[in-house]
Amino acid sequence: MIIVTYRKVFFAITALLVIVSIGAALIFGLKLGTDFTGGVLAEVRYQDAKPSVEELSTALQEAGYEGFAIREAQDNGYIVRAGNITSEMRASLTQTVSLNDEYPATLERFSEIGPTIGVELRNKSFLAISLVLLAILLYIAFVFRKVSKPVSSWVYGLIALVTLVHDVIIPIGFFSVLGHIFGAQVDTLFVTAVLTILGFSVHDTIVVFDRVRENLRLNQEQNKKEDFELTAGRSLQQTFVRSVNTSVTVLISLGVLFFVGPESTQDFALTLIVGIIAGTFSSIALATPLLVSYAKWRKA
Amino acid sequence: MWKTRLIALGLLALGALIGWYVIDSELTGSRPFRLGLDLSGGTQLVYKADLSEVDSAQTSDAMASLRDTIERRVNLFGVAEPIVQTEKGGALAGESQERLIVELPGVTDTEAAIAMIGQTPSLEFRLLKVDAASPPEGTPLEQIKDLFEPAAVTGKHVDKAQLQFGNGGGGLSNEAVVVLDFNADGKQLFADLTRDNIGRPFGIFLDGVLISIPVIREAIPDGTAVISGNFTPDSARELVRNLNFGALPVPIELLTTETVGGTLGGKAVENGLLAGLGGVAAVIVFMILWYRLPGFVASLALLVYVLLSLAVFKLIPVTLTAAGIAAFILSIGMAVDANVLIFERMKEEMKKGKNSHDAIKDGFARAWLSIRDSNISSIITAIILFWFGTSLVKGFALVFGLGVIISMITAISVSRTLLLALGVSTESKIGRFFLSSGINI
Repeated sequence: MIIVTYRKVFFAITALLVIVSIGAALIFGLKLGTDFTGGVLAEVRYQDAKPSVEELSTALQEAGYEGFAIREAQDNGYIVRAGNITSEMRASLTQTVSLNDEYPATLERFSEIGPTIGVELRNKSFLAISLVLLAILLYIAFVFRKVSKPVSSWVYGLIALVTLVHDVIIPIGFFSVLGHIFGAQVDTLFVTAVLTILGFSVHDTIVVFDRVRENLRLNQEQNKKEDFELTAGRSLQQTFVRSVNTSVTVLISLGVLFFVGPESTQDFALTLIVGIIAGTFSSIALATPLLVSYAKWRKA
Repeated sequence: MWKTRLIALGLLALGALIGWYVIDSELTGSRPFRLGLDLSGGTQLVYKADLSEVDSAQTSDAMASLRDTIERRVNLFGVAEPIVQTEKGGALAGESQERLIVELPGVTDTEAAIAMIGQTPSLEFRLLKVDAASPPEGTPLEQIKDLFEPAAVTGKHVDKAQLQFGNGGGGLSNEAVVVLDFNADGKQLFADLTRDNIGRPFGIFLDGVLISIPVIREAIPDGTAVISGNFTPDSARELVRNLNFGALPVPIELLTTETVGGTLGGKAVENGLLAGLGGVAAVIVFMILWYRLPGFVASLALLVYVLLSLAVFKLIPVTLTAAGIAAFILSIGMAVDANVLIFERMKEEMKKGKNSHDAIKDGFARAWLSIRDSNISSIITAIILFWFGTSLVKGFALVFGLGVIISMITAISVSRTLLLALGVSTESKIGRFFLSSGINI
């Protein structure tokens, strides 16, 4: 199998992608949404003409808003994000965004998150991601417990974990670019997307590992001596079409979701698309080759 | 063979029946999908309960009574299917909190919703000082405070209030009046107060405004008082309601609000529906082009999966949110995975020279371990997501987890039975073509 034979090339590609993503995340930074920082989000729709961003900014400033961000929304509207506001400001929000009825507007969506809830959600997100990673490590070590030669089942789990870290870093890097260009913000939906990517990617990796397990068992039953590199390569070969096809069907449905689905889940769909591609790539080009490298390193 | 075919027909009929149920229950409205606030439009408010005055052993009692009070209040305002629930939270932010979550479908005015919940009426009674002249009704308490002296009886002593018409006397037979019943303490205090102050005007203040200032004509020992404050029937009804359900057992503080307008939600449903249909169609096209006959069978299984899931969403019922719809569309892509695994396996078995029947059986048997292990890991993720969830994420996790389970079941039952029932032979060239896949024939 070409990917196993030239695994170092794929390791290099992976390393490059990860470095670029981390770089992007460090340079642009992730913009935390109101879910995590606390604050308000309002989506305004204008009946006829809508004010320019400058006009709206001035109006918000005069009304006492600080550190707000304005983003274009579909259908003649804006999405305004700001820190926590007073109840008087909330009561007069429609007045404010319509510039005292100069541009008649309706409030389509309004949410306000208290600061404690924000901190709580942030901590919960980290906890959830760590828990998923831990659960997956334990689960794989358990499911593959009967496989110990030449690689122990814990290594299967640890390698799955490494590929998962890769799968999280790539969408984070991508999202920081998205945030920089389009003002996309990291919210609970983004965390949900990341967790889903973890689930999908490990699903993919398990199928390949399962095939390695099966082939190792068959070799043992038939008393066949085969180099681990060949066994792993063969397993990858056998599951390759399935990995690609499953990703294709998922990408098809996500693509449809992105293009025709609700506006509120568009960023979400895009994050998933990037993550699924990363996940498929890592379960093909990273997981099994790493298994081979580890086996060789131990032997040496 | 015929037995398999009968079972296959039965499965398809069952699928059709489920489909009929889904469509029928939606059209007749007997069991429509339950839509989350972000789709149906409405307001969600999350409050923190201030329990500093409450003994910690009585926390859950206090929260239950708070929930009941708010629930009654919300019901009285005629909101359809409101949800009021309590939740423990904040542990991860370093401070444990008791929270109250109020969901009001259809209420898209945030301020009105907050007012609906937060309005705790204050009813006060004050006696006019002996030498003062009666101020006009409607005067704020602030301006005339000096004219009055506090009365021993207060709004807290009101046990219940009722709306009556006309009986209050004064000749206007249609006038709406509010009758107050005092509790045991209040009854005594009110009896004493009326006995000692016959002839003095008695000021009744609602939310800091003088609404009525009757003159005490006689001692009232039975603990009832009638307020005739130039009410309209509506304003009297509102006062009665607020007095009966007004006082919250513990103070509450608003933490988060979330309001989504009906149009935005309606559009999201429309787009979600479109994306769902488009997703199913696109996946079916891909599956048939690549996997041919098995692809067609997988598409049937996918349709059964979609219908079965929708029926389950209705029956549980699952509250569908935009994120939930996204999860469902994602699951459509993932649902065929088990089929793909099986078909690839089947192909390998056929390459080894097995006939179609054995290849199908062995392909399924071999793929099962992969399907089981990989799906369990997805279910673990779904469970953690569900726990992590705000209501938005919970909707996603529930749909995602259900999708994984249902798709696993349909793949191993429906696809398998249908493929076996078709009984395509691998002996003929056509049979081989239909069972193989990809670009190489």
